[in-house]
Amino acid sequence: MSSTFDTVANIIAETCDIPRDTIKPESHAINDLGIDSLDFLDIAFAIDKAFGIKLPLEQWTQEVNDGKATTEQYFVLDNLCARIDGLVAAKGA
Amino acid sequence: MRLEYFQLIDRIVTLDLDARTLKAHAQVPQTSTIFEGHFPGRPLMPGVLLIESMAQASGWLIIGLTKFERMPFLAAVRDAKLRTFVLPGQALTLTASLIHEGSGFAITKAAIEADGKTVADSEITFRMMAFPDPEFRASMEQVATAIDFPLAAHG
Repeated sequence: MSSTFDTVANIIAETCDIPRDTIKPESHAINDLGIDSLDFLDIAFAIDKAFGIKLPLEQWTQEVNDGKATTEQYFVLDNLCARIDGLVAAKGA
Repeated sequence: MRLEYFQLIDRIVTLDLDARTLKAHAQVPQTSTIFEGHFPGRPLMPGVLLIESMAQASGWLIIGLTKFERMPFLAAVRDAKLRTFVLPGQALTLTASLIHEGSGFAITKAAIEADGKTVADSEITFRMMAFPDPEFRASMEQVATAIDFPLAAHG
């Protein structure tokens, strides 16, 4: 069974046509990989389907806009994968 | 359809909130200034307007599902296929089904049928946002009434 990171990295590579080997756990989806908000909707759709969750993008965006969180907390892939794992665990609880 | 006003849905036939589907009717007008240019002497319904009509059918579905709390804005059109010509005077049946509701976005599949055959289909992504102001929402409610949007779904 592949890790959360592998699944997410494969989704990003396929959705955004980014070479898979350039996608690292420490990559920032926006700043390092250049993914814009529209492309991120496709990624969110694929992640939602793959993990059976609903990424709370609106809440995250609001928190960033309000200065309560940084984009790194949500869009560095390591952190994004931890959030996904948390949502999957919460769903199963 | 009033092409010049981008009013591409004449009537909502069914809105099924459980199945997350919508069916609508649209009658292509016999005459329109758009047909004078597209094309002179050979009027054809522009493909971009067929895509827009699928987006509008999908949009009303999303408005119904979100109880008039969110306004869908067209964000992406994928795999749009225009399978045959649509001519002035043709009656169209538009269908839309929700395939995913994400956080702040939704994805639908939409299609257009004429004479029992699919003439266009597509997968469409929308950003969903709060209505920017009460006047915007009121104007959409006015349109909804005009096209028989089911009041039970109105919320």
